[in-house]
Amino acid sequence: MAATSTGTTPLLRIRAVQKSFGSTHVLRGIDLDVARGEVVSIIGPSGGGKTTLLRCVNFLEPYEQGSIAIDGVEVGYRDGETRKRRSERDLARMRAETGMVFQLFNLFPHLTAAQNITLGLTKVRGLGHAEAKDKAMHWLRRVGLADKAERLPSELSGGQQQRVGIARAVAMEPKILLLDEITSALDPELIGEVLDVVLALAADGMTMLTVTHEIGFARDASQRIVFMADGTISAEGPPAEIFSSNQSNERLRSFLGRFSAAHRL
Amino acid sequence: MLDQIAYAIPFLLPGLLVTIEVSLITVAVSSVIGVVLGVGLVYGPAWLRWPIRGFSDIIRGIPILVLLFFVYYGLPLTGLNLQSFAAAVLGLTIFKVAQVIEYVRGAIESVPRGQMDAAKAIGLPFHERLAYVIAPQAVRRFLPPWLNGVTDAVKGSALISLLGVGDLLFGIQKVVGRTYDPLALYCFGALLYFVMNYALSIASRALERRFSYIRE
Repeated sequence: MAATSTGTTPLLRIRAVQKSFGSTHVLRGIDLDVARGEVVSIIGPSGGGKTTLLRCVNFLEPYEQGSIAIDGVEVGYRDGETRKRRSERDLARMRAETGMVFQLFNLFPHLTAAQNITLGLTKVRGLGHAEAKDKAMHWLRRVGLADKAERLPSELSGGQQQRVGIARAVAMEPKILLLDEITSALDPELIGEVLDVVLALAADGMTMLTVTHEIGFARDASQRIVFMADGTISAEGPPAEIFSSNQSNERLRSFLGRFSAAHRL
Repeated sequence: MLDQIAYAIPFLLPGLLVTIEVSLITVAVSSVIGVVLGVGLVYGPAWLRWPIRGFSDIIRGIPILVLLFFVYYGLPLTGLNLQSFAAAVLGLTIFKVAQVIEYVRGAIESVPRGQMDAAKAIGLPFHERLAYVIAPQAVRRFLPPWLNGVTDAVKGSALISLLGVGDLLFGIQKVVGRTYDPLALYCFGALLYFVMNYALSIASRALERRFSYIRE
């Protein structure tokens, strides 16, 4: 079981979560805790359920069994027993507590970089326009894009778009940030600028749950690595342990072996 | 020829106004209802989706003239007796609603799925996701077929003269019956229809340009 560093209630608490797409059992009983301020990275082969798990945390995917709670509040259901789904307004409020950054950025193409950030601030957080703009500019500066505030996403490079995506998520001041393979769609030379932003956020104490294929990043940024395969957590521990050469988990060793062969780590 | 047209104009004017009136009512009402049902078709629960799906498929599979005759001659048998004008507007509107539903569905489905995910992720509730994220992107896919549909409505409205509604075509036929010069009158009538529709297509191109800045 996941050890929480503080000993208090974990910020994110996932228990026995199961999910199927039709006859495919994608999540087969997941238990995972993320403590406040902790960075946890999920690695593993494609189709292992990593992204699905992440999408369950903000209920982009409903889960059929088990419980996911943020700060002790069940995410998708009004109460875990009867599994009565939250109302639309309730769900929206819950989702505002989590920030998500997507593999394909998913910026709103009809809005400028600044407007992408202010939309949630004004409509969800209820900030005035001037205040929201200030906050958007603050975060655009943080990701190094203050000069691109009035640009449309189509006028930005992939790396710049993803940095706007991160700014959009963190500007909402979520309790936890979910990063879904955020560098997978980027050209190799653009990956660094995005990961630097994430590392800076981690240094600020932002709680993060990431799915990543950047093994080096996972090792450097995370306190804990979770190895998922076939819908279960097959290994879990601090990076030094997970990436150690005398790793006893056969699946993990072969996954990392294939990985380092491909990436010459 | 010109003096024949000059003679006909006072007789055609009321018909032209009826054609414009019927087209406007049909387009306005069907757009509102079609957008609501189209959103229901895409996002609604199954009990809402299926009837909408069925309605749209059935109506689009019926020739518009058959639909008009059904409303005018068929509905009175059920006790619903409509004046020719009301029957014409109702028939055209039902037909148009089915089309608008499909334009809306196509337009919404053209927006990448990730847009809905991103809008959910920042905590927008459904109606705000629709209003601020989906609709602004869907509208540029919706406008071209919809504006085509508006010109179709103007042209299709000529069929209502068959129900005895005094529209433009009806007026032309009346004058032809008096002057026995169909060529000049039908040419002139065609020109009137063309002018209306050409004005619409100019407006449509301007609107499309207005939304062309949005790119994925």
